[in-house]
Formats: sequence, structure tokens, C-alpha cells
Amino acid sequence: MNTLGTYLIIGAVLFSLGLLGVLQRRNLIAMLISVELMLNGANVNFMAFNRFLAPEPAVGQIITLFVMGLAAAEAAIGLSIILALFRRLHSINVERAQSLKG
Amino acid sequence: MSTETTAQMAFWILVGFTFAGAALAVFPRNIVYNVLGLSLALAGVGGLFFYLGSFFIALMQLLIYVGAITIAIVFAIMLSPPLHLQVPKRPVEKVAAAGAASFFFLLAILGVVFRTQWVPAAERSSDWSVETLGHMMLTRYDLVFEVISLVLLVAIIGAIVTAGFTRRLSS
Repeated sequence: MNTLGTYLIIGAVLFSLGLLGVLQRRNLIAMLISVELMLNGANVNFMAFNRFLAPEPAVGQIITLFVMGLAAAEAAIGLSIILALFRRLHSINVERAQSLKG
Repeated sequence: MSTETTAQMAFWILVGFTFAGAALAVFPRNIVYNVLGLSLALAGVGGLFFYLGSFFIALMQLLIYVGAITIAIVFAIMLSPPLHLQVPKRPVEKVAAAGAASFFFLLAILGVVFRTQWVPAAERSSDWSVETLGHMMLTRYDLVFEVISLVLLVAIIGAIVTAGFTRRLSS
């Protein structure tokens, strides 16, 4: 009932909001949250193409499942790195983590 | 006819919830509001998947994203008490530059969406069942399936090592 364009616009807006969050925030956990938003925008795109254009409807769903699995792995690793960084620096401001800056 | 308009109305309410959650996840400076907005937006995206014809993926979205990832982020916030403290405000010009960059990105994507002539595939099967999904995942896509399992295992072990060993070293 809705067209392909509607879903693509929704996905684009979600992705752009996530991009704005990554660029603007300096809180590491907020940046992780924004990355999750970007992944969801990409997932909406995959499912929309799968619904309206793709020859086999199963393929887009499988891709979406894989993206979800990768997002889970990314969240686990990212959160543990954030915890380790916080114990070392006593801050989650990403601009404090610049020991490797030349 | 009436059910059609009701479904359409529910769809737009769902889209409103998704965008409100996404805005709540990005704009407030308190990290707890961000997590709550993220879970609202993820649940809304799950509803969109339901409208896109896949009940299974909508359930997986609720289970993995809303159920697992959001809870993991909440635990990370709670495990380190001062994590809810706000970081100092950024200079206005950097915030403006970030907003302009993402706005131009949105304009570019919208231009691509509106200018492209999307052509559906010549012949499309209408097989949406979970049986086909599982069958394809274990036949044609089994290598990707195995690699994802390996990535998840490595991520679990890496998370334990990264978060656990530093605590032991520093205390």
C-alpha cells in the first residue's frame, strides 16, 4: 500500500540522524547509540528493496539477520572497550582518548 | 476500505514514533534519555518490518535489538556510575558543521531516491515463509552463517577479556 519511496525516505532520515549523532556528540556511548540508528536505517532499506524489487524475498531477510548479528557483536565489543577506556581515563569524552595522537 | 485507512493511519503513527525515538536518541544531552529513545526507535523499526511483510524479522528486531542490545547499553551505563555525567558542551561552529554535513548527506540520498527509476525484477517469487529462510541459510548462505557464528564467538571472548582483565590489573 505504501510505495518504495516512502520506506527509502524513512531509512534515509534514520541514517542521517545517526550520522548527525556520530558527528556531533562526544559521549562514546551516545556515539554507539547513533551507530545503531545508522544500521537500522540500512536495514529498513534492505527490507524495502526486498519487499518491492528483489526476485527472491528470502535474501533480503537473511541479509537483515546478518546485519543484526554483526550489530550485536559490535555492541558487545564497543561497550567493553568503553568500559576499559573509562577505567583508564575516568572519562567517556572521546577527545580525552588521544594518547596515540602525534 | 475502512481497514485500509486504519492500517495507513497506524503506519504513520508508527513512523512518528520511530522519528520521535530517533530524535530523542540523538539530541538530549542526558545519556539515559538517549537509551530510552533508541529503544523506542528500534521498536518502531520493528513495526515497519511488519508492514514490509516479514513478521519473523520484526520479532527478531524486538528480540535482538530491543531485548539485547539496549539492555547491554543500559548495563554499561549502570556499571560505571559517573557515566551519566554530561561531557562539556561543544563549540557552536562544530555542531553547526555536523548538522550541515548530515543535512547535505540527507539531501544527496533523497536526490538519489527521487531521481532513480526503480525497476522490479522480471520474475519474483512470493515465498516469504520461515522454512525457505532457514533452508537458504543452511544451503546457499551456510558459509556466511558460519562466519557470523565465529564473529559472535570472538566478540564474546573479546568482550570478556577486554572488560575483565583491565579491572583485575587496575584493582
